[in-house]
Amino acid sequence: MDKVNRVVITGMGIWSCLGYSLDEVRDSLFEGKSGIIFDPVRKEMGFRSALTGYVKQPQLKGELPRSVRVFMPEQAQYAYCATRDALADAGITEEYIANHEVGLLYGNDSSALPVVQAVDTMRAKKDTTLCGSGAIFQSMNSTVTMNLDCIFKLKGINLTISGACASGSHAIGLGALLIQNGLQEMVVCGGAQEVNPFAVGSFDGISAFSTREDDPTKASRPFDRDRDGLVPSGGAATVILESYESAVRRGAKIYGEVLGYGFSGNGDHISSPNVDGPKRSLEMAIRRAGISIDEIGYINAHATSTHVGDTNEAKAIYAVIGDRKIEVTSTKSQTGHEMWMAGASEVIYSMLMMKGGFIAPNINFCNPDEDSAKLLIPSQRVMKNFDVFLSNSFGFGGTNSTLIVKNL
Amino acid sequence: MERSELVKMINSALAEEFEIEESEITPSGSIKDTLELDSLSLVDLIALMEQKTGVKIPGSDVTKILTFDALYDYIAERM
Repeated sequence: MDKVNRVVITGMGIWSCLGYSLDEVRDSLFEGKSGIIFDPVRKEMGFRSALTGYVKQPQLKGELPRSVRVFMPEQAQYAYCATRDALADAGITEEYIANHEVGLLYGNDSSALPVVQAVDTMRAKKDTTLCGSGAIFQSMNSTVTMNLDCIFKLKGINLTISGACASGSHAIGLGALLIQNGLQEMVVCGGAQEVNPFAVGSFDGISAFSTREDDPTKASRPFDRDRDGLVPSGGAATVILESYESAVRRGAKIYGEVLGYGFSGNGDHISSPNVDGPKRSLEMAIRRAGISIDEIGYINAHATSTHVGDTNEAKAIYAVIGDRKIEVTSTKSQTGHEMWMAGASEVIYSMLMMKGGFIAPNINFCNPDEDSAKLLIPSQRVMKNFDVFLSNSFGFGGTNSTLIVKNL
Repeated sequence: MERSELVKMINSALAEEFEIEESEITPSGSIKDTLELDSLSLVDLIALMEQKTGVKIPGSDVTKILTFDALYDYIAERM
């Protein structure tokens, strides 16, 4: 490889339980607001835990024709809103897209509701035609990228990344690799997550969720000694990745630079994470970023509020940073676990904090356990200027992704 | 059901599903042009008619139903 292009972030858009614009989300982070609610419908469905992030449904009638909307499940609608806003934020016009090969890499790893609805129809009616024209396109894992590509007329790479709860992070990392290697000049990257109960019913069934239903905003408590499971959530987050040269040429606003992408597989258990896999992901990201650990000003942990997950991540982080006093928080304390979306949204959350000169509180962190006690985990907002953050995302099957982003 | 009631019910359902004004629907009008149907959305017409009237229009028949009047006739004969 003759030349490695620098990769920068020039646009961001989000649709999350913390807000539907960058300003709203930044304010929610600053205030330590929780996006978690109790959903009575889940209780009626037999869920152990009826807790979930609350995300409002976009109203796209009038904005997109019926002939387009019919192919879009909820997560594609969230992703459309986030991408529409990210492209506008980056100053990307239809004319620019028509004249350039803009790519699309988006994390998504399920589309349960359309599958359930189609199966219900097939069972009840014994006629596949009655499933309607949208069912197949809504049901596929690649539904988000197939919809976004057709709506925004993107002509570069068009690919869904299914890497469980690391999907959104891998999408950004892989997009950065394509730009670094000169294969793409701009890639729309992100992650989307459906929020309907069918998406997480079987996940609830393996006792992975917090049952602290009497106090929803206190349920997601990453790193806290008394955590009892994660809270599912969702939405979508989009970042516009672009070569530094392209951004300068366009006169674009530049948020930051993707310095490093690390990844690894655990080669171990399907649901229980280990320490070695995540540790290697962190080390690879730091090595590829070409920075010293001391330059990292903030670590956005994957920590989902499960016992073994948070413990092993705390061990992995400590194994890498040692006794350095670098603030570590999990924004999932506020959002719940945004799963396929989380790796992308947490880059945006971290970027908003970096630009705003603060670190959002790891809310509900009241008492450390043996491993989290070794890390600097603020339970109150910290006002701090920092120029480099590291963001972890790990998923079922042992898929790990770590991103390092520098302020510009 | 009286034919006038059936026509009203079908027009209302079509207008809502395909997002047009009911006034755009005329008895002799082309279903395909008025509803802007393609080979995919034709499936949605079949599904909607089954849902609203209980009449399943086979794929081999739906392409022969060209006007709204023909659609009302087809449904009325089978309800």
